[in-house]
Amino acid sequence: MAKPAITTASQVLELSAPLPLDGGQSLSGVRVAYETYGTLNADKSNALVIFHALTGDQCVASPHPITGKPGWWIRMVGPGLPIDTDRFFVICANVLGGCYGSTGPASSDGDGRPYAMRFPVITIRDMVRAQVAVLDALGIEQLHAVVGGSMGGMQALSFAANWPERTRAVLVIASTARHSAQNIAFHEVGRQAIMADPKWQGGDYYPSGKGPENGLAVARMAAHITYLSEEGMHEKFGRKLQDRTEKTFGFDADFQVESYLRHQGLSFTDRFDANSYLYITRAMDYFDLAEEHGGRLADAFRASKARFCLVSFDTDWLYPTSESRTIAHALNAAGAPVSFVELSAPFGHDSFLLDVPALDRVIQGFLSQ
Amino acid sequence: MTALRPDLAIIAENVAAGSRVLDVGCGDGALMAVLRDGRQVDARGMELDPHGVAECVAKGLSVMQGDADTDLADYPDAAFDYAILSQTLQTTKRPDMVLDELLRVGRKAFVSFPNFAHWKVRASLLWNGRMPVTRLLPIAWYETPNIHHVTVRDFRLLVADKGYRVEGEWFLSGDKRIGPAAAAWRAEHAVFLLSR
Repeated sequence: MAKPAITTASQVLELSAPLPLDGGQSLSGVRVAYETYGTLNADKSNALVIFHALTGDQCVASPHPITGKPGWWIRMVGPGLPIDTDRFFVICANVLGGCYGSTGPASSDGDGRPYAMRFPVITIRDMVRAQVAVLDALGIEQLHAVVGGSMGGMQALSFAANWPERTRAVLVIASTARHSAQNIAFHEVGRQAIMADPKWQGGDYYPSGKGPENGLAVARMAAHITYLSEEGMHEKFGRKLQDRTEKTFGFDADFQVESYLRHQGLSFTDRFDANSYLYITRAMDYFDLAEEHGGRLADAFRASKARFCLVSFDTDWLYPTSESRTIAHALNAAGAPVSFVELSAPFGHDSFLLDVPALDRVIQGFLSQ
Repeated sequence: MTALRPDLAIIAENVAAGSRVLDVGCGDGALMAVLRDGRQVDARGMELDPHGVAECVAKGLSVMQGDADTDLADYPDAAFDYAILSQTLQTTKRPDMVLDELLRVGRKAFVSFPNFAHWKVRASLLWNGRMPVTRLLPIAWYETPNIHHVTVRDFRLLVADKGYRVEGEWFLSGDKRIGPAAAAWRAEHAVFLLSR
């Protein structure tokens, strides 16, 4: 992806005031692209925000602006589905730093050139701050719920901790309250792959029309491994060969798993901006909710009156069950009403996006209250 | 509202309105829902089976997936007015330690269990030399989750040894309540309310 920004049909809010950032700077002319589903009721009490994950977008239940594929959570969001758009007014915004219409490194810096690496380093809380601005603009004081998986879960937690009055329920799926050394390590591999690609050019690849596609593809391949379980990979690929009956004694993609990862990497470069990938993974690495609140995670939730529900998956080794348990214990210590469940699913971290009927029941039940 | 299991009904009648309750091994949350809706109780639950947790969440209850043997340690002292352990004590690895934990996190504890000295159990052992399979103990010895069978007398002794107080006791034969007289062999099921 080397075009300055992906155009979407989403609504775009241009913030009138500069957005203050955790890094100390502020960003003016911030644009936030968002999608909505369902109808906002008269007293504006049925709104629900979904926060998307690292490489997600605001098109939860509408076709992807580039690939045309169905929305990423179409199995969960829609009329009569667990996140029921007949009942809720669902809002999903592209994160700050993203590349689907919200202000990010590919956006113009005001002098008519893309920010590239002059874009300020942002945090998860900065992303949430931009989304709160959307709620302000829509006149929504309090949400029925915030919902997020993976990085979306981090935003949901940050929202609950920093804007405690503004939601009645918080649903966090396959997420964590802080990035571990291992999480940071995998992200660093991805970032180094991008920055080692000569086409990255210190981030100023936009005018050339050619981005660091090889580096970005490698970053995606490494990350994609962390989204799957060993069991799931074995089941899907095993040691099966790709369109051949013998090994070639070369470095072509002999194995199906190699071919699959290469495809995942390459197709990702068509739909994601490499600099956005750098900035968003950095924001995730900086995330440590306890650190923001004096080192005690329970203190992050002292002011919250919301109900919480945490869901983990037994095969997720990226954000394993122990991370969700830690959050649940902190919420218990803070006296918050909290439920926690580890669901069994074979798909690793990606389970939250896939067919796990037990997840549907938990989400439907938790949100129906 | 469907009728509660008889031992749960006894517990539900004797929990003070408006109190804070932890139901350990809460299953599908039937007792918690009754306590919340009927007695304005702030009820929290712990359940090992994820399907049970999902059922509870669907009822709007706050339930943590966890194991009575290990996860009570996560709760602070006296966090609850009552800790409840119904038909679960005999399935734990260390019932004595679980009892200690119940009375640490709760100021009082309800404990209910099937009485292994009920006359049908005694008869089965005496006449057949077989481990009993009864209405309350319906599963054969090799696959029952009940790994620490306990009698009313055993339980009283453990409570006395630990220096806990019995604040209330109820006995069931079938679904009917019976008095404490000869409960040691007439009761199929016992419910105790303990305090430190």
